[in-house]
Amino acid sequence: MHIPLDYETLRVIWWALLGVLLIGFALTDGYDLGVGALLPFVGRSDEERRLVINAIAPHWEGHQVWFILGGGAIFAAWPFVYAVSFSGFYLAMFLVLAALILRPVSFKYRSKHADAGWRNRWDWALFVGGFVPALVFGVAVGNVLIGAPFRLDSDLRMTYEGSLLGLFTPFTLLTGLLSVAMLALHGAAWLAVKIEEGPVLVRARGMARIAAVLTIALFLIGGLMVARGGMGMAIRGMVDANGPSNPLLSASVVAPGAWLGNYRAHPWMVLAPVLGLVGPLVALAGIAARRGWLNLAGTAMATTGIIATVGCSMFPFILPSSIDPRSSLTVWNASSSHMTLFIMLIVTVIFLPVVLAYTAWVMKMLGGRVTLRDVRSNPDFY
Amino acid sequence: MDMAVIELSRLQFALTAMYHFLFVPLTLGLSFMLVIMESVYVITKRPIWRVITRFWGRLFGINFVLGVATGLTMEFEFGTNWAYYAHYVGDIFGAPLAIEGLMAFFLEATMVGVMFFGWDRLSRVQHLLVTLLVALGTNLSALWILIANGWMQNPVGAAFNPETMRMEVTNFKEVLFNPVAQAKFVHTVSAGYVCAATFVMGVSAIYLLRGKWTNVARRSMMVASAFGLASALSVVVLGDESGYALTDNQKMKLASIEAMWETEPAPAAITLVGLPDVAGRTTHYAIKLPYVMGIIGTRSLSGKIDGIEELVLRADERIHSGIIAYDAVEKLKLDRGNIAARAAFEAHKRDIGFALLLKRYMPDPRKADDRQILKAAWDTVPNVPVMFFLFRGMAALGFGFIAFFAMAFYCASACRFSKRWFLKIAVFMIPLPWLAIEGGWVLAEIGRQPWAVDGVLPTFLGASSLSVPQIWATIIGFTALYGTLAVIEIRLMIAAIRKGPIEHHEPMGAVQGFAPLPAE
Repeated sequence: MHIPLDYETLRVIWWALLGVLLIGFALTDGYDLGVGALLPFVGRSDEERRLVINAIAPHWEGHQVWFILGGGAIFAAWPFVYAVSFSGFYLAMFLVLAALILRPVSFKYRSKHADAGWRNRWDWALFVGGFVPALVFGVAVGNVLIGAPFRLDSDLRMTYEGSLLGLFTPFTLLTGLLSVAMLALHGAAWLAVKIEEGPVLVRARGMARIAAVLTIALFLIGGLMVARGGMGMAIRGMVDANGPSNPLLSASVVAPGAWLGNYRAHPWMVLAPVLGLVGPLVALAGIAARRGWLNLAGTAMATTGIIATVGCSMFPFILPSSIDPRSSLTVWNASSSHMTLFIMLIVTVIFLPVVLAYTAWVMKMLGGRVTLRDVRSNPDFY
Repeated sequence: MDMAVIELSRLQFALTAMYHFLFVPLTLGLSFMLVIMESVYVITKRPIWRVITRFWGRLFGINFVLGVATGLTMEFEFGTNWAYYAHYVGDIFGAPLAIEGLMAFFLEATMVGVMFFGWDRLSRVQHLLVTLLVALGTNLSALWILIANGWMQNPVGAAFNPETMRMEVTNFKEVLFNPVAQAKFVHTVSAGYVCAATFVMGVSAIYLLRGKWTNVARRSMMVASAFGLASALSVVVLGDESGYALTDNQKMKLASIEAMWETEPAPAAITLVGLPDVAGRTTHYAIKLPYVMGIIGTRSLSGKIDGIEELVLRADERIHSGIIAYDAVEKLKLDRGNIAARAAFEAHKRDIGFALLLKRYMPDPRKADDRQILKAAWDTVPNVPVMFFLFRGMAALGFGFIAFFAMAFYCASACRFSKRWFLKIAVFMIPLPWLAIEGGWVLAEIGRQPWAVDGVLPTFLGASSLSVPQIWATIIGFTALYGTLAVIEIRLMIAAIRKGPIEHHEPMGAVQGFAPLPAE
């Protein structure tokens, strides 16, 4: 089979698609997670909470597929990353899965009994289902930035030398909280366009203001810690961007401060952190002007910018090793084969637009603000 | 390597996969039954069919949600617990999983929201289309996951690359059109349809026995008996089809299902019952039907079916050949330009997986003697008694379903489901498809042992480098979580069935059409 794109190009495309997937996940399921985390605080009575839940009820299931697709696409395009990260962050991954499993059942089962205690328990399950994944994803990204304690042997079998508690350091807790603040902000912004004016919306705006300020602050502190903390790695010597995917054939070394190097080499990348800082400000402006869509656009910018910042800072590294730099996974040594990358690209180019098209159709069919009147009268509502 | 880690990882995978597959078959079948019911509604415009569709739709929803939730675990478990497997075959195995997400999961998950929340917002035809897309999505996801699983059973279109120390795609079309995957797909979805049809039959029978919602129940049973009969026939006939595919690709599995220790002269007999004796390598008290196995397995009277002992000898040869390939790879690790090693590797690369079998006994397979190699060759035989009895149980249930739905089909026309003995059988049948389906999966996966990927990667090499306490933590965690959810799910199902199809907002006309009748 003739492959019209060279290996290097395909790897860069798949690096970008990895970003698209993560951002797609954060933009869609991210607001469901944020809304879940905000639920007990913005909704006081059962009716108010049902208003909040039904603002995301028809969509969360489709959105969650971004997460599943993320897993599948990393498996297909970056099998090393899939193998090393999910087995390395084993117990953290379990926490995420358990929390995410709670979420669908909470949505569905909460409404089946009118009992207040029953519903209150599921509300907290929804909170856990939103807060825990948001926190752990952020902590995981923090760990990716500082490197994970793994090494590969000559069969490319990975051994991991960390623990669950070892994942939580001041820096990674900060990135975890940043992730929570960012997604809570995004969730609150979704509520601003999706539910009727009223006490819930007022509380959501209050939450959004706090979250926006926190997002900016934590992002700035995080940036400072990356700059001052001496994080970073580099590849020494010749890089064979078309070479076989075998980390042991390349030579990565620790290079303090290297995570800022890309911004000097490719100044356009500065766009990412700028977007991450301007986004929350736009969101604040949207809140002040009572423009829900402006608010949402701001949080979408923030989410995109912050996630892209991580990718741009680390390129070409994807998952560095903190104990054996040689084992570090990069764009050039951790992908699947040339042919698989190409086939998967074709599949993605065909199906991703189709997915986006019918998602938009569904959004349109189920558009409009949810009101307390709907909550009281619509029998299909949770 | 720590065998406890491997056994626990297998236990966890079996638990989570089998639990996941409690919900999937009902989703696969019920989604298409909803399409049928809703089509009748769209064509006839009779409100009772809307009530029927919405009622089964509610049960579908309770079930669907757990299928999706537990599917999350499956998507990541290859990475969390089978990291070396994920590295070793991810280049091939990851693709169908990703395509499954793009093509199937998005479709079903996005549309299911509209299916539940769009009744008042969509036209009848639009809503039917949405239900159809949900059914299509769920069934497409089965297609892709079975392409992935089929590749584990029959790894075509891939080769080992010593530079990356893993299997890589050589021909994607072969992976896609893998005959084992095709047969498994049809067999598995048909089993799901049988499961859903039996469920609808059973729940409707409960209503008829109690004289409640009889108009809904009778109509549902009509749909279920026709749908069930077609599916039950397909599951058995196409089960045979996967037996046929086995003979080319998985001879050992077939031989152990049949407890056929020695090659028989063609055409081979089928063993109906017997008592396989592993130590004596023979089957006691065997009752055999002449010719049948040869005909099923080879579609001819002259084709030979290999026995276990002959297949073990062949494995022994392949281990010897694999050691040469292994040696070549070790040399290539030190010097990528070693031409002699490259040539040796190319000549023996298809057997490299067999050398890995020895890693159970020694770190370096090149140090093995003939006795150890023969021992490893005998490892390629799966657990014969388990295979033998599971298969017979599954096949008996399969024929049972055909008989049951044939009876149902007859009852539908002869007595409109008025016979109480038949209704009692229908209730009793409810759990049986699940037994057959879970048994079928155990059969398929035990039958592949000791391999994770047949002839390519032994299961014991595939696990992640985890510690025993870590895996225990997640096994206990998943068991507690899944157990709680199972209890809640069953309670909600029962509550929804008790409540019946009535809906408070239903237009009165529709409700009056099926007012509860007194017990007959």
